Amino acid sequence: MEGPEEHSSLAALLDRALAGDGRSAARLMTLLESDVDATPAIMSRIYPLAGHAQVIGVTGPPGAGKSSLVDKLAAAFRAQGKTVGIVAVDPSSPFTGGALLGDRIRMQGRFSDPGVFIRSMASRGQPGGLAKASQNVVALMAATGKDTVIIETVGVGQEEIDVVRVADTTVVVLVPGLGDAVQTMKAGLLEAADVFAVNKADYEGAERLVKDLELMLHLGSSGSAWSPPIVKTIATEGSGVDQLVGSLAGHFDYLQGSGEYLKRRRRAAVAEIDGVLRGQLMSAIARRVPAFDVYASQVAERKCDPYTAADRILRESGLTAEGLG
Amino acid sequence: MVIAKAGMDGHDRGAKVVARVLRDAGFEVIYTGLYQTPESIVATALQEDADAVGISVLSAAHKHVFSETAREMRQQGLDDVILFGGGIIPPGDVEWLEQQGVRRLFLPGTSGPEIVAWLQQAVSAQRASGSGG
Ligand SMILES: Nc1nc2c(ncn2[C@@H]2O[C@H](COP(=O)(O)OP(=O)(O)OP(=O)(O)O)[C@@H](O)[C@H]2O)c(=O)[nH]1
Ligand SMILES: [Mg+2]
Repeated sequence: MEGPEEHSSLAALLDRALAGDGRSAARLMTLLESDVDATPAIMSRIYPLAGHAQVIGVTGPPGAGKSSLVDKLAAAFRAQGKTVGIVAVDPSSPFTGGALLGDRIRMQGRFSDPGVFIRSMASRGQPGGLAKASQNVVALMAATGKDTVIIETVGVGQEEIDVVRVADTTVVVLVPGLGDAVQTMKAGLLEAADVFAVNKADYEGAERLVKDLELMLHLGSSGSAWSPPIVKTIATEGSGVDQLVGSLAGHFDYLQGSGEYLKRRRRAAVAEIDGVLRGQLMSAIARRVPAFDVYASQVAERKCDPYTAADRILRESGLTAEGLG
Repeated sequence: MVIAKAGMDGHDRGAKVVARVLRDAGFEVIYTGLYQTPESIVATALQEDADAVGISVLSAAHKHVFSETAREMRQQGLDDVILFGGGIIPPGDVEWLEQQGVRRLFLPGTSGPEIVAWLQQAVSAQRASGSGG
């Protein structure tokens, strides 16, 4: 645990970040990414302040134009006088832990605007860690006064899709040429959409993709009061961006008018607590059961099954006398 | 575990190659693309909480780019961020640039492992002497 000195320096860092110092906010983001001991103290200070921002998730296949679109969305929000935080999440290599984060290349128009704060994040190969850390960074952006926070992530794996769960409104960006891919695409990605952007509408096949999506939405409509609008965009030229901003505002109004906002917040709260609790339980168990690795080897060699191993580990941890049986 | 991030201005393939080499060595590298100004480079380094900033300059503007970036970094309080660079730089300018605050310049022909080894060493030394972060 941290000593009193470190504690006071963390408190000072929080004071400075909440007073608007960008460097201190950036330092705190690094701690949220990498320091599990500092995270609870940071979160308990910022969480109550993080409620007012509109959080927008942008996801979709690699190269769909997500960063280009985020750049144009940020410009549109700035034109409305809103400040913007952008969290650009990219998976890191599971082998070296290294990462090459290139989303900023498409956001150069924002670099010298003090009303925009861009942070890139890599996953560092901790399963589940990315979603948690990026949610916390989103909360910090909101607590430091950003009116709108946009979070970009590639919609390939479950973990990446989990990243946008924190969003009030999620835009799924698709491009023509995916063809029949819409039917076979990862179900989780399409279900995450509150709004569809059919980007690269300057390419052939945009109309066909819109039709495919309309058909899919029609067939799959579950009687929900919100049907995701489909907006054609050309991110590089900025066309369609105003309509997209309108759809985002429409969805936000729907959320708040229908009570869906609170329902979503509650669902997100359960997931957040769940994530933290799992992490704490696992590290408490790892501390108390030094033989964890031995059990892992036994399961790997099929000398023991995972259920028996988990039961023994739980008993040995002393967290319950009986196991969970 | 992350060791460093570098905002990189790439006027060439060189910067991209270096970015990839650093990634493969376990660094988290933020690549910013072409045509960065000293102000935008420093804003990126600040927001990303970078340990190091690498700039590639192929034009004759190298003196301006490096010295302005170093000055802007000091002004923003990023004195503890390592500034390094590469590109086509007349050897006669190297000493002057180092006096301006550029920690190391890699001239054409430097090998990837050489850059990696230097940066790993520089970052861990900086962290050891660092301000508790
Ligand atoms: N023709 C055309 N090109 C576009 C459009 N939007 C983006 N692009 C180009 O598509 C490429 C990828 O754009 P990005 O914005 O980096 O896409 P991304 O989805 O963020 O990519 P990743 O983050 O790598 O998954 C770039 O070369 C863009 O210039 C568009 O509407 N039309
Ligand atoms: Mg991108």
